[in-house]
Amino acid sequence: MAKAVKLIGAFGSPFVHRAEVALHLKGVPYELIREDLTNKSELLLRHNPIHKTVPVLLHGDRPAICESLLIVEYVDEAFDGPPLLPVDPYDRAMARFWAQFIEQKCSMPFWMAVWLDDGEAREGFVRETRANLALLEARLQGNRFFAGDAVGYLDFAACGLAHLLGPIEEVAGASLVGAAEFPALRRWVEAYTSDEAVSACLPPREQLVANFAGKKDKIKMAVNAMVQRS
Amino acid sequence: MAGGGDLKLLGVWTSPYVIRVRVALNLKSLPYEYVEENLGSKSALLLASNPVHKTVPVLLHGGRPVNESQVILQYIDEVYASNGPSVLPADPYERAAARFWAAYVDDKVGAAWQGMLFTCRTEEERAAAVARAVAALQTLEGALEECSKGKAFFGGDAIGFVDVVLGGYLGWFGAVDKMIGRRVIDPAKTPLLARWEERFRAAEAAKGVVPDDADKMLEFLPTLLALSAPKSK
Repeated sequence: MAKAVKLIGAFGSPFVHRAEVALHLKGVPYELIREDLTNKSELLLRHNPIHKTVPVLLHGDRPAICESLLIVEYVDEAFDGPPLLPVDPYDRAMARFWAQFIEQKCSMPFWMAVWLDDGEAREGFVRETRANLALLEARLQGNRFFAGDAVGYLDFAACGLAHLLGPIEEVAGASLVGAAEFPALRRWVEAYTSDEAVSACLPPREQLVANFAGKKDKIKMAVNAMVQRS
Repeated sequence: MAGGGDLKLLGVWTSPYVIRVRVALNLKSLPYEYVEENLGSKSALLLASNPVHKTVPVLLHGGRPVNESQVILQYIDEVYASNGPSVLPADPYERAAARFWAAYVDDKVGAAWQGMLFTCRTEEERAAAVARAVAALQTLEGALEECSKGKAFFGGDAIGFVDVVLGGYLGWFGAVDKMIGRRVIDPAKTPLLARWEERFRAAEAAKGVVPDDADKMLEFLPTLLALSAPKSK
């Protein structure tokens, strides 16, 4: 008898999306518990006391699994179904390397570049984002997805640049990932967001736009304050 | 099946990230060629093998590079699965827990380690970084109790993933202990970790790889500091 799976998540989070798409691809039914991150529940704080973030996976009565990419690896290992990570160890190492690169070198500079007010700091982040996205662009050449013809781990790791890209650029009024400079990445965004399993986990674009529009001032205040402090 | 060629590791003898890979290779009794890099004059091989980060460790397997220490550790585990015990457990839940704590180590202890040696500009800043490390180690004390279930290591009876990841920092902790006149892994605050440190240092796989000469490390520190001196952006 399969043990119940619950996922604590929040609307629009690319980290939660990674966990959801992994579960979908493996055909694992789950209950999604939606958090309001401005008012975190006792359930979330109890299950993720260290980081207090989403997603958190609860599988049966085992203690929680936290950190989105660790959840993806867990889902890959604990459930039958198509492999989410490459099967070959060297390819797996490459996927983990590039996922770490995305987390450490792409996500933050991109976020800062998009939301910061104009100025020297923003220019620095724009340069860094462009340089690092160029490396990702190079990884894609010729391929529909990072590992080939099927979505997988590295696509999920990059998902922050996928369905959120359009809404973020629209609300922020920035355009960093242009089709001329990043044709492979833009094709990947299309392929990823139209993939059947992925699109089942995606909220409608208008909801994402509305969500970011509502948070825009808060986000801009936070990123500009970060730069002041450093 | 293990194979496909020789193993070569590019490293620096003080790097926690290199040390952990060497311990892992020793645990599997894997022969490898070790190349000590001069970070002030990086080899062509290093630059070609890790063009993105230009850092050590780099593991070359049959000439193919694997970069990022925790990625390398998992690669060794997977490719050499039949060469003795794995550092990661077999159960998916326990693997997730090990990866979680390993990430926590590098996130919290690693950041504090950078602060206490390389980015602090005053003794006050150093002390603050040490305090951050001690706080993270107190959390890890609880994790050790939970993960070890009364046994010697995070991995149980045998050295595991979290053990090698945290163990990589022990050489530098010894050096910092000497600098500040007290222990980073304080037996009064983190008794389990203090005993764990003794066992880890005494392990066969750690011999000759986890530095135990604090003076030698402190002599090398100015060289490393000169390399990491902030350059204008």
